[in-house]
Formats: sequence, structure tokens, C-alpha cells
Amino acid sequence: MEDLLREYLPIVIFLGLAIAIGLVFIFAALIIAVRNPDPEKVSAYECGFNAFDDSRMKFDVRFYLVSILFIIFDLEIAFLFPWAVAFKDVGLLGFWSMIVFLGVLTVGFAYEWKKGALEWE
Amino acid sequence: MDTDLIAASVRASSPEIIVIIGACAALMLSLWPHQDQQKYLTWLSLITILLASAQTLQLSPRPVNIVETTYSGMFVVDAFATYFKMLLYLGTALTILMSGKFLQTEEAVKGEYYVLLLFALAGTMIMVSGADLLIIYIGLELQALSIYVLTGFLKTRGRSVEAALKYVILGAFSSGILLYGLSLIYGLTGSTQLGVLNSALATADLSEPMLILATVFLLVGLLFKIGAVPFHMWVPDIYEGAPTPITAYLSVASKTAAFAVLLRVFMGSLIGLEPLWSSGLAAIAVATMALGSLVALVQDNIKRLLAYSSISHVGFLLLGIIAGTTSGMSAILLYLLIYTFMTLGLFAIVILLHRDVRAGEPLTLFSGLAQSHAGLAFMAMIFLFSLAGIPPTGGFFAKFYVLVALIDAGHVTLAVIAVLLSAVAAWFYLRLIMLIYIQPAEPTTGSTAAPATGPTGHARAAILLSAPMRLVLLFSFSGTVLSGIFPAWFLAMARQASLSGLGN
Repeated sequence: MEDLLREYLPIVIFLGLAIAIGLVFIFAALIIAVRNPDPEKVSAYECGFNAFDDSRMKFDVRFYLVSILFIIFDLEIAFLFPWAVAFKDVGLLGFWSMIVFLGVLTVGFAYEWKKGALEWE
Repeated sequence: MDTDLIAASVRASSPEIIVIIGACAALMLSLWPHQDQQKYLTWLSLITILLASAQTLQLSPRPVNIVETTYSGMFVVDAFATYFKMLLYLGTALTILMSGKFLQTEEAVKGEYYVLLLFALAGTMIMVSGADLLIIYIGLELQALSIYVLTGFLKTRGRSVEAALKYVILGAFSSGILLYGLSLIYGLTGSTQLGVLNSALATADLSEPMLILATVFLLVGLLFKIGAVPFHMWVPDIYEGAPTPITAYLSVASKTAAFAVLLRVFMGSLIGLEPLWSSGLAAIAVATMALGSLVALVQDNIKRLLAYSSISHVGFLLLGIIAGTTSGMSAILLYLLIYTFMTLGLFAIVILLHRDVRAGEPLTLFSGLAQSHAGLAFMAMIFLFSLAGIPPTGGFFAKFYVLVALIDAGHVTLAVIAVLLSAVAAWFYLRLIMLIYIQPAEPTTGSTAAPATGPTGHARAAILLSAPMRLVLLFSFSGTVLSGIFPAWFLAMARQASLSGLGN
């Protein structure tokens, strides 16, 4: 059990360092920074201009749907790419495993297509 | 890669594969609207379940103590898993049968309903067969995600949507706790496989704080799923809000699968840690029974009442784990089977009496049932007697064998408390029987009256027993009665299954 826990030591060191550096930046800003605010300095700006409108605006819920559907096919590529690169080595078993995966994906694709999730209007 | 090994794995998981293929086929079928679509989907789902159960039976190990492990030790086919899978098929098939009419009255006939139920079934099957904590978790999530959607299936009804949201949030929370315990276990032992855990934890130092934390988190995560006190608060709201067939599914199939995991993990791999969890679990069991029985006394909604009743049954079931013996385990297995029959039967009657979600399901729905529908009233009485644990119904033997196992293991005080609390619980079941047989039906307030005038004013004559409903009632009624008449036969089945589960 000791050996196993020791394997996590780099993670603990990384975590400690990350927290320490984060705290150093915050406190350095508190201690060293010159603070001389005026209304113009503290107001929000956009690329040097005054903000055009509120950043908390509504956006179409369909973006959400599109992004979810995008992620599925993004992952499909993430799976397909290494498979395609190693195509000669994966053999028949590798081939059929991917076909099964694509089959399941196609079911989902047919569903979202027929349901009109791909139509914007 | 060894092709033979993979072929063996695919063969061992073929029931799951059949269910998932069936779900995909149902999804495709649901895309092309058709006048008889609901009928086709019902048939397709039932045939899928039938095929899967035939395959499960064919794969069932002979002799029973053989344990077949596949997928590099992550997936197991043994008598324990086979028993639970058959139980899950039964629960899901009856749920599908009783859904048709409910969906029609609610005008929520959609193909996705059947698809999601089949996916939930696949999830519970994976939970039951999982021999690795991560596989169990994946099964749990597949089941939970499908049920979240089904809970909010009546999307024009506020209560249904509210229940779904609550369930998602609390489900995510409890899954998080479970995962946290799982990761701690992995950190301590270097494995998530149950078989490896068993040997790794056999020599573990029980005073290690991390180990205690890991055990508690794992236990709390699972207790959340079965709705034991103090993790029960989601149960009544979600049972009330969900569509009634889904409530039935939740209280039967979901709970059964979670109990299978609890048994496999805590009575199998973590049995070495028993001193850590047994006293805590005893306190939880008593609190669960007490709260479930006492709070149920003041409920006036039938679904909330059944929610609290299921909480008190969970308390009783937990006692079997505390007994910690094979007979305790087989008592739980028998209890879950009988519980499936009597609960689904009663829910089928609630669905038959159901008129409108807005009116809710007040207890008075039952009043005067005996005058208008003597047969239905008699069945309801048997189910309620069984739930209360009154002989000669199955419910009596379910409780009886748990108590026997408990006393054999030397927990006499717990057994006495359990008997006293189930006497309290008997009161609210008897109150329902009183409503059915003694209370006259309140007079109809005229057909022009809106639902606002009171849910009791429904004309009783309108109850139509469709063929699927008859089938559900036939199955659950004969199951409840036969398990009361031939308890030994049912117990022998449960005992065979539990022998393989405990050995691990």
C-alpha cells in the first residue's frame, strides 16, 4: 500500500506547487500593485471601446444541441483516427469492433436526423 | 488479442447485447409514425425481453456454483446474476404491459418511452453482472440516465418535470459520492475488481481512516440509490411526480438492481470490512423501517404512501444483510421477488383507478371500490395484505425468512424491533383495505363538474380492463398468492442463487 501511495507523490507535489503559485500571484498583486482607481479605469471595456451591451445575453438553445451533437462526432473521429493509422495491425477483430461502434453511432445519427435536430429552422 | 476470449465474453453478455439491439430497433421503429406504433413497440420490447430471458436461462450455470468470469474479470455470469436478471425481466415486462393505457390517458404515447425502458433494463443487467466497481457504475448510470428522462416524460405536467429535475440533481450527487468512495478504494488497493478487492482487503488494517472513509462513501452512495434513511428524502417527491408505471419500475427494478450491487459488494468483496459497516447499517435499517412506517401513516396521496411503504420495506431488506449469512441473503432474494409481484400488482390497480395527473392520486380513489368492482377490490386486498405481511400471502414469508435469518445470526433485539415496526406499517395498509371495503364511494358530483370539484367524484363504471392489464394483474396476483402457498419452492430458488453470490 505504501508503494502504491508513493506513486501519487508527483500529483501531490504538482497540486502543492499549483496552489502555491496561484496564491503567490494573488498576494503579490495585493501587496505590490499600485492601486489608484477612477471610474474610467474600473469600468468594463471591450477592445478599448466602451462595452456595446451586457455580456449576459440570451442565446439560442439550439447552439447547445448542435454542440452536443458535434461532440459525439468529434469523439468518433478521435476513435477512428488511431484505428485508421493502425489499420494494418488491428486485424479482422479491430475492423469489426469499429464497425459495431459505427453501427451504434449510425442508429443515433438516424434518430437525430429524422427528429430534425440537424435542421436550424 | 485472443479471439476466443472475446467470443466467450460476447457470449456471456449476449442477453445484454440482445436488449441493446432491441432498444436500437425500437428506436428506429419509433421514428416512422404509424397508427399502431405503440402496439408494435410493446410487442417488440416484450419479444426482446423474452429472447433475453431465454438466453439468460440458457447461459445459466450448471451446476449452480460455477462462476463464469469474462471481459478480463469485469463481468460475471453466475446463479446470482441469473436470478436477478430474471427478476428484472419480470419487473420491466410488467411495467411495459401496464404502461400502454397510462400513456394513452396522458396523451404521451411516444416510442422513446419503450426505448428508454429497454436501455434502463440493460443498465440494471450490467449492474447485476458487473464484477468490477467501474462496470457496476457504468450500468448504474445507464439505468439512472434513462430513468431521469422517463421521470419527466409527461413534460407538460409540472410535477413530473419537477420530479425529474430533483432526481437528476440528487442522482448526480449520490453518484458523485459513490465514485468518490470507489476512487478511494482504488487508491487503497490498486484495483476495482471485486475478486481482487476481496483478497486485498482481507488483511487490511481496519483502523485506517482512509479505509473507513472509503467504505462509508461507497455505502452511502448505494444507500442513496435504494432510498434508505437518512438518504430517503428524494423518494416521496419523485415517486409522486413520476408517471405511475415509472414509479412502479423505480420501486421494483431500480431497487432490485441496487440491492444486487449492495449484496455483491458488501456481502462478497467487502465482507472483510464487516466490523466497519455492520453496526451502522443496523442503525440505518431500524431508522429506515421506523421512518417509513410512521410517516406513511399520515400520507393522503397513494403514490406518496407507497413511497414510504417502499422505504420501510428497504429497511426490512437491509436486516437480511446484517444477518450476514447465506440464509439472510436468500431471504433478501426471496423478499425482492415477492416484493416485485405485490408492488407491481398494487401499482397496476392504482393505474386502473387513475384518471388525471392534475387530480393526483388521493387515497379516496380507493373508497368504495368493493361495491363497484369486487374482483379488483379483492386483488387489492390481497396485495395490501401481502405488503403488510399477513399470512397466507407471500409477503408474510418474505418477512418471516428475513426474521429467521436474523434470529439465527443472534440479532434477536433487531428482530423484535422489526416485528413491532411492521405492525405499525400494517396499520396503513389496513386503512386502505378499510377504505376499499367499508367506506362508500363518494357520490359523483355530476359529469359537468371540472376536475377541481374533487377527484373522488369519478364514475367508477368506467374502469376498463384491457388485455395487457389483465395479464399484469394475473401475473402479480398469482405470484403473490403462490409464493404464499408454496414458499419453500421459491425459497429453494433464492437459496441456489445466493450460494453463488456469497462465494465470490
